[in-house]
Amino acid sequence: MSELTSAPVPPAGPEDHARGGGEDLIVYADLGCPHCAAAWERITATTSRLVFRHFPVAGKHPRSPAMHAAAEAAGRQGAFFDFVDSLFGDRGRVDDPHLWERAERFGLDLDRFEADRRSEAVATVVRHDFESGIRAGVSNTPALFRDGKRVDPP
Amino acid sequence: MISVGTKAPDFTLPNHRGEDVSLSAFRGRKVMLVFYSADFSPVCTDQLSIYQEVLGEIEDTGVALLGVSVDSSWTHRAFRKQLGVEIPLLADFHPKGAMSKAYGAYLEDWGTTNRSLVLIDEEGVVRWVHESPTPLEIPGANLIFDALAEVA
Repeated sequence: MSELTSAPVPPAGPEDHARGGGEDLIVYADLGCPHCAAAWERITATTSRLVFRHFPVAGKHPRSPAMHAAAEAAGRQGAFFDFVDSLFGDRGRVDDPHLWERAERFGLDLDRFEADRRSEAVATVVRHDFESGIRAGVSNTPALFRDGKRVDPP
Repeated sequence: MISVGTKAPDFTLPNHRGEDVSLSAFRGRKVMLVFYSADFSPVCTDQLSIYQEVLGEIEDTGVALLGVSVDSSWTHRAFRKQLGVEIPLLADFHPKGAMSKAYGAYLEDWGTTNRSLVLIDEEGVVRWVHESPTPLEIPGANLIFDALAEVA
């Protein structure tokens, strides 16, 4: 049977993108989601260790898969949250030239960024996060979890 | 809601292309009915978008996923196109909600179906039912896989 049956949210691990200190706040977010963008500043202002999980939903936000792949690729050069903050902060500029402009602004190797964001490895990481959210019953974003339990956005 | 163990009422409804779809045509295959309130409503948009993201995994199990609402075939067609959803959508449009009522999935106060999932086995018997406490609560896609694992 499928691996997408119900399962608790996996606790944060070394493979996760995390920022800050304190208690873990796991956030399943869609980079194309206006609700996530609106809540992002409040989420990042919490005194928690923010753990980001990819949850792109292409049907609602067609650019989401490309945005998540780009953020993950940027993360391979140490600029994951720079990219995420920028995407949420400037939602009107998410086409490929805008992604390249960000990569240059954050000092990334553009060739590597391009190769990474289109790679199977990056797609696998994004899908892994997405599937863990599905198994935890995530059906809209942002979906926040503390101690394995769903909590409301701040 | 219809009870587990009862024979699933047969139906013939037009799909998003206006073609008649009958439950009896799926005999020998599991069917998961997805009753949802309305095309283009925010919650239903979330629900079907999420199911679409895992549609490949759902179809790999052999089950046929069929969405049902009281919208017309034309609205279904536009909704599928906007969301890029490939899930077949059935129009319980005229007489309004007749099929949904047979499944106990119609909300008279709302004038729409409720939000529920009904798993029908290969013999046409209802084997699993989930009804959301309110139409605003989405059954996660994980529940579809749980049901299929339970009714293997």
